[in-house]
Amino acid sequence: MKNTVLIWLAIGLAGFAFLPWHMTDDGLFDPVWINDGNASTGLFSALSGQWWLAPAGLAPLMAIAVQLFVQAPVRRARITLAIAIAGLFLIALQGMIIVRAGPRILEWLFTGEAALAGQPGMGAGAGLCALALLFVATVSISQSGKGQGDAFVVSTIGLIVALVGIFVFFPVMHILVRAFEVDGGYSLTEFFPRFFSADIWGLGCLFGPRSCGVAINSLFLGVMTGAGTTLLGLSFALIFTRTDFRAKKLLRVLTVLPIITPPFVIGLALILLFGRAGTVTEFVADLFGWEKTRWVYGFWGVYFAQLLSFTPIAFLVLIGVVQGVSPSMEEASQTLDADRWQTFRYVSLPLMRPGLANAFLLGFIESLADFGNPLVLGSGYSVLSTEIFFSIVGAVADPAKAAILAIALLTLTLSAFMAQRIWLGKKSYATITGKADSGQNASLNPALRTLCYATALPWAALTLVVYSMIIFGSFVKLWGYDHSFTLAHFIRAFGFDLSSGRLTGVAWDSYFTTLTIASIAAPLTALVGLSTAYLLVRQKFIGKDAFEFSTMLSFAIPGTVIGVSYIMAFNFPPIELTGTSIILIIVFVFRNMPVGVRGGIAAMSQLDKSLDEASITLGANSFATVRRVILPLMGPAILAALTYSFVRAITSVSAVIFLVSAKHNMATSFIVGRVENGEFGLAIAYSAVLIVTMLAAILLLQLMVGTRRLRRADRVQQTA
Amino acid sequence: MTQVATGSVRFDGVVKKYGDVTALKKLDLDIEPGKLVTLLGPSGCGKTTTLRLIAGLEMATAGQIHIGGEDVTHLTATYRKVSMVFQSYALFPHMTVQENVAYGLTVKSTPKAEAADKANEGLELVGLAGYGDRLPSELSGGQQQRVAVARAIVLEPEVLLLDEPLSNLDAKLRRHVREEIRQIQQRLGLTAVYVTHDQEEAMAVSDDIIVMNNAEIAQKGTPADLYEAPSSAFIADFIGDANLADCDVKSVSDGMAMVAMNGQTYSVPTRNSLSGAAQLVLRPHSLGLAPPDTPGVKGTVSYAAYLGKEMQYTVDTEIGPLFVISPVQAKPFRQGDAVCVKIDPTQARLVAS
Repeated sequence: MKNTVLIWLAIGLAGFAFLPWHMTDDGLFDPVWINDGNASTGLFSALSGQWWLAPAGLAPLMAIAVQLFVQAPVRRARITLAIAIAGLFLIALQGMIIVRAGPRILEWLFTGEAALAGQPGMGAGAGLCALALLFVATVSISQSGKGQGDAFVVSTIGLIVALVGIFVFFPVMHILVRAFEVDGGYSLTEFFPRFFSADIWGLGCLFGPRSCGVAINSLFLGVMTGAGTTLLGLSFALIFTRTDFRAKKLLRVLTVLPIITPPFVIGLALILLFGRAGTVTEFVADLFGWEKTRWVYGFWGVYFAQLLSFTPIAFLVLIGVVQGVSPSMEEASQTLDADRWQTFRYVSLPLMRPGLANAFLLGFIESLADFGNPLVLGSGYSVLSTEIFFSIVGAVADPAKAAILAIALLTLTLSAFMAQRIWLGKKSYATITGKADSGQNASLNPALRTLCYATALPWAALTLVVYSMIIFGSFVKLWGYDHSFTLAHFIRAFGFDLSSGRLTGVAWDSYFTTLTIASIAAPLTALVGLSTAYLLVRQKFIGKDAFEFSTMLSFAIPGTVIGVSYIMAFNFPPIELTGTSIILIIVFVFRNMPVGVRGGIAAMSQLDKSLDEASITLGANSFATVRRVILPLMGPAILAALTYSFVRAITSVSAVIFLVSAKHNMATSFIVGRVENGEFGLAIAYSAVLIVTMLAAILLLQLMVGTRRLRRADRVQQTA
Repeated sequence: MTQVATGSVRFDGVVKKYGDVTALKKLDLDIEPGKLVTLLGPSGCGKTTTLRLIAGLEMATAGQIHIGGEDVTHLTATYRKVSMVFQSYALFPHMTVQENVAYGLTVKSTPKAEAADKANEGLELVGLAGYGDRLPSELSGGQQQRVAVARAIVLEPEVLLLDEPLSNLDAKLRRHVREEIRQIQQRLGLTAVYVTHDQEEAMAVSDDIIVMNNAEIAQKGTPADLYEAPSSAFIADFIGDANLADCDVKSVSDGMAMVAMNGQTYSVPTRNSLSGAAQLVLRPHSLGLAPPDTPGVKGTVSYAAYLGKEMQYTVDTEIGPLFVISPVQAKPFRQGDAVCVKIDPTQARLVAS
């Protein structure tokens, strides 16, 4: 154990002495930094005037001395811990005070020439040094005194807390600070009138011809979408579990397809159908002689697109809920002489109520956070997520306004999130126990079945039409005007020159960037999500509730808000990441982490806890237990986390659109750009390729993470 | 594997709290090396908590724990030389039987061949030689149970812990497996701590029994001690069935107490010096039924059951309902018969009320 600390100290020292402390312009692997003077090692910089970097080297040195010369183990650990924390604190402090550009704190503290010149953002050396000191601190905590848990657990907790702190809380803090900013200072009195202005919260549309505030628009859309997706999702779930409908498999595919569809693609397809030159519009106009309208570019368009996009999420939540109603309860009701309608009305439905509320809140949050559909369709109906975007990239950039809108959006989503946690958290009627529950769910009574069919099936048909539009639209010359077959869009996007072997298509760059970044982000997301789940399910520690809350929090932070906060926080030292591909990876990891956590929690709750305990009493430490017992039994959860984060990394637009750069462009923002230019054919063709890519990737992942483990995991139940 | 290192277990004032709930109130405990000691008690009495504290799966809120004379209070389970057999067996479903048994050795970086040898030795000990390549799911419940025991003992622990190891087996197998566990424990001279809520199982396997109730020890002793000299009405009722009848102690001398009950006086053996109101423990087997005109406590049979080897009666009497077990007679009493319950005072015991 003593060795672990020494190894980390040596690593920290190496980071200080041999790696560039600051961000380099040319990347870590380009050795230019060695002699360009701008980004030399921490040691070199500290000796040549940047004295504030000295603590980063002194801390590991002192800690090594302590490790070697202090004999009493507990005392040694405590002193080392104090040194490591002091080192981390000083590194963070110098980073915040001495900066080249951007906001700084306590600037009166240092006035020397070197300090005023500032320094660029932290680089590989600083990162490694801080990471090493963090692990030295956590390992020391586990050694300092009684029952502090083992080094692996404490280190994992420390690492996740640090990451969530830096990449979730730190950026969100920046938004808060920005919102209070006025010319040349900060003002509390300015904030409230601006926050509560009629532009945001106005109710004009209720009383007169004026339009409502953007927040009210968002709220109304959210409530409508939440209610609509819940009802549709319930219909699908009931058809799926309580009827003998024949094409269940097809239905399943239809409900899953939208998950692997970039969010604005549905909006695009709706334009092709119902836009001014849309198929349906033309058809109806010809038939009835109605005037072609632009209704799809407004509330109804966005609403339809969101219903199509988010019903699958409600379905996936509700199918679990509907299946969770124990058949024996329904059978009990029927033996007590209730008919099928009464059983549904008085037993099944009340048992599903928390699940329904949960689906509603999810739909509500998704709708508020949705960016792609309002961007494509919402020109007549402004909502918070797009307003935030336009106040950053619009004609008049107004970061303060963006910050205030972001706070309004955050308030709404966080309220829904809190409502879900507080109100629903305690009210679970889940009736799944370890016990085998034989018996059959009651089938629906005829009236209810007809109702479900009547709502769900037209919807399924519409989804089908929307997807055929996507395929069809990518092969026609100019939608609505010239429907002759062409491959021109694909050739423009993905053309290549066989003779020279060059890729001539315009989409290749962003396509490869997207795939690379998604495949780096997916395993990281799974790793962070599943380790968090492990800590939450299997370990006891102080502050666990707060830990859980903060890891789930990023689920409630809309992508637009994350995007804005990241450019506000990471555009300047100490952490200067905008324009890099790292920031894209990071944003995916922390946006998608909650899903990995949830999946992991669900999977781990099904593993009997005595398996871990058996491993531990047999002398394995936590790390060996995780590696040899838990991981091998978690195959399906790992697969789900990998698939989901990969797909989300490819399809997400909202946060990404703020963070892409000319060098690192992503597929979705490239497509949105084409849509804004009116190049629908190219956009649709590219979207179709993305969907096919994701399908292929999902199948590949299934094969890789594999059937062998899946089969073995099934044996868990038999041994219990 | 003949004789393994074996250690004592000592608790000094161990307290365990979960928030505001006290799971153990200041427990003192001393378990001698080589003994099999059972923690017995109703659910929620703290017996499993005690076991998990020995294992290191829970940490004591206060007090000290010593295993083999060494203070292990702050050591986690990984670093204690203790193994545990779990109620659910907790066999790793993705490993073969042999990999399961060798697991503890593998994680301690024992060379592969040596670990495999020891695992096979352990499997042989529990009579499962040749089953090493199977998966746990391919074994019967009793075999899985024995794999769990083998996995725990190949590590040669100082203390072997067993958490209700038989509760997932059917009644007939249970007797067989508990005999095997006892034999292995005696052959290896292991210190073992065994948790159960089944008093018959406890009596059958233990050197000593510690009965727990309400988060503390109610009584400790050999099975015979507990049955013959219960220290309280709770013990008397928990260890074997007992009828409890209110009585009045007149005097105590030479280990015999003069006791008045229902207008009669009995001379009852006692180790306690009680006086005044007390309770008489009347074992169902020690009571007999006779026709109503004989001396004894008068009553009416309210329930009679024929169990083949014996008759069980519930008799409503002047001193309350009495549960009586008697050999099957040629002409058993029937429900509604007026009877007289005969009390053998030498078989009765006295406890405080």
